Amino acid sequence: MMNKVNPLAVMPFEKVSGWRLFVKTVIARAYPRVVGQQREKSWIFFDIFLPMLAVSAYVFVYRAIHAPEEYIGFVVVGGAMTAFWMNIMWSMSMQLYWEKEQGNLALYIMAPNSMMAILLGMALGGMLATFLRAIAIILLGSLLFHVQYAIGNFLQLLGVFFAAMTALYGLGMITASLFLLFGREADHLVQLAQEPVYLVSGFYFPIRSFNFWIAAAASIIPLTLGLDAMRQLVFPSGALLGFLNVNVELSVLLVLCVVFLFGARALLGYMERLAIREGRLTESRR
Amino acid sequence: MEKTSAPNRSEVWRSFWVATWLGWQIESNWTQPFLFAIYSIIKPLAGAAILVVMYSVITQGNFNTPIFPYLYYGNAFYQYVGAIMTGVSWAVIDDREHYKTLKYMYIAPINIPAYWLGRGMARFLTGSISVLITIGFGVLFLHVPLIFANVDWPLFIVALLVGVSMLAMMGLILASITLLIAHHFFLIGEAVAGALFLLSGAIFPLDVLPAWIRPVGFVVPITYWLELMRRSLIGNVAQAFPTLSRFSNLQLLGILIGLTILFAIASTFIYRFCDYRARELGLIDRVTNY
Repeated sequence: MMNKVNPLAVMPFEKVSGWRLFVKTVIARAYPRVVGQQREKSWIFFDIFLPMLAVSAYVFVYRAIHAPEEYIGFVVVGGAMTAFWMNIMWSMSMQLYWEKEQGNLALYIMAPNSMMAILLGMALGGMLATFLRAIAIILLGSLLFHVQYAIGNFLQLLGVFFAAMTALYGLGMITASLFLLFGREADHLVQLAQEPVYLVSGFYFPIRSFNFWIAAAASIIPLTLGLDAMRQLVFPSGALLGFLNVNVELSVLLVLCVVFLFGARALLGYMERLAIREGRLTESRR
Repeated sequence: MEKTSAPNRSEVWRSFWVATWLGWQIESNWTQPFLFAIYSIIKPLAGAAILVVMYSVITQGNFNTPIFPYLYYGNAFYQYVGAIMTGVSWAVIDDREHYKTLKYMYIAPINIPAYWLGRGMARFLTGSISVLITIGFGVLFLHVPLIFANVDWPLFIVALLVGVSMLAMMGLILASITLLIAHHFFLIGEAVAGALFLLSGAIFPLDVLPAWIRPVGFVVPITYWLELMRRSLIGNVAQAFPTLSRFSNLQLLGILIGLTILFAIASTFIYRFCDYRARELGLIDRVTNY
């Protein structure tokens, strides 16, 4: 006679709850972002190749109109940052919508973990994977177009970068919860959030080119101030073309971090309840 | 029972026009007409505005140089490349991966290449809205030169028709290749369009490119098409650039027509090969769920 074995009793995992479950969920969701994105080699190629094409085109435009050389560097750094914006749009904002389309979203919500931990895992994993691509774009662009850097304050540069990234991925978590309510229009809205954002955030030119109020309004997108501050810190003439003082920009970014992270938490809860009430969590409107 | 290989003309036309109608519905009915109008206006204008601001920052807002209309018109008409070429190939991905209907298309009494071209035609219509808005904005607000009386209309119409056909043939080649590819499928159209944007001198004269890569630009038919479109609208301004100045309009048109015929022949053979391989390997209904 065979003995009945409880499979849960022999499985090598420890049941956790509270903050441990939160941390485990973050790691579990970040893992496929980091490892999965490296496994698909063609994606690595395209993620670097496509922004490089845009960077090259804009560099040659500047060369055609005889722009000063620092503008070439501005384009390279801006082009690298597009990788983060694309990651926010396609891999954060659209993710919950895709999960809904594939029927996984209901499973996420049924599971005993926090949705905030899932979004945080997606953000951290996506940030790390995208960081590697952004570095590759900067290296490649700098080598191809002979960009010169002069980093004065490396610590401040790191601070600006991480503040910009935290605020940016906080914004991504907010948009992800908004996309819970979208149907077919989600894809088009992501498309719409590309060129207009590249324009108002000054991805390929100094944001100071706009008037003060337009640049100030565009600063709600963390990459606007992050990019401007980073350019000021890595290019010799960056400060002359900067929008605001770097310390001011860093302070605003820190405020955006707090606002977006808390905003994401509140909005996610609200949107989840709204989506449940309106029965949109399992719909698939192709 | 032996399968008939030669499609009849009515089937080809029916497939084309029904696909055009279907494509238009897919492209336009995802939201309210008002939001669709906003989307159609903002997206192309933002793309053009990036170039305008870049140009304006460097030249202190001097829009009266030949390079400005060169890059503005080049960028405006290049939207057709993304719309038609990528649009035709995107129909494969849309039907196979998203709607999961490609297998039903294959068993329906339609002509598949005509169906794909019809989907491209729908993108041509939406693309035309973007092109018109971009050019209209430039003429009205940025002093982009355009004097209707000076436009070479016959050249414009012929170049537009040949160019659109050439882009459709390139799209058909991409669509055929897409049939055989599962991973990274959605990036191929973008990658080709991005590479051609760089190599066809759409927004800067080819002379700016490094000498070793410049010859590639002369093989790309889009280079000649964009030059013809510019010359038909602003003849003397476009001819100021040395890249293609040694060619007359007729010569450029001849090159464009020749390359279009070449692409049409190539697309026929590539489609037949890819279609055969896709059937052999059972790829018609394969989905990746990406």
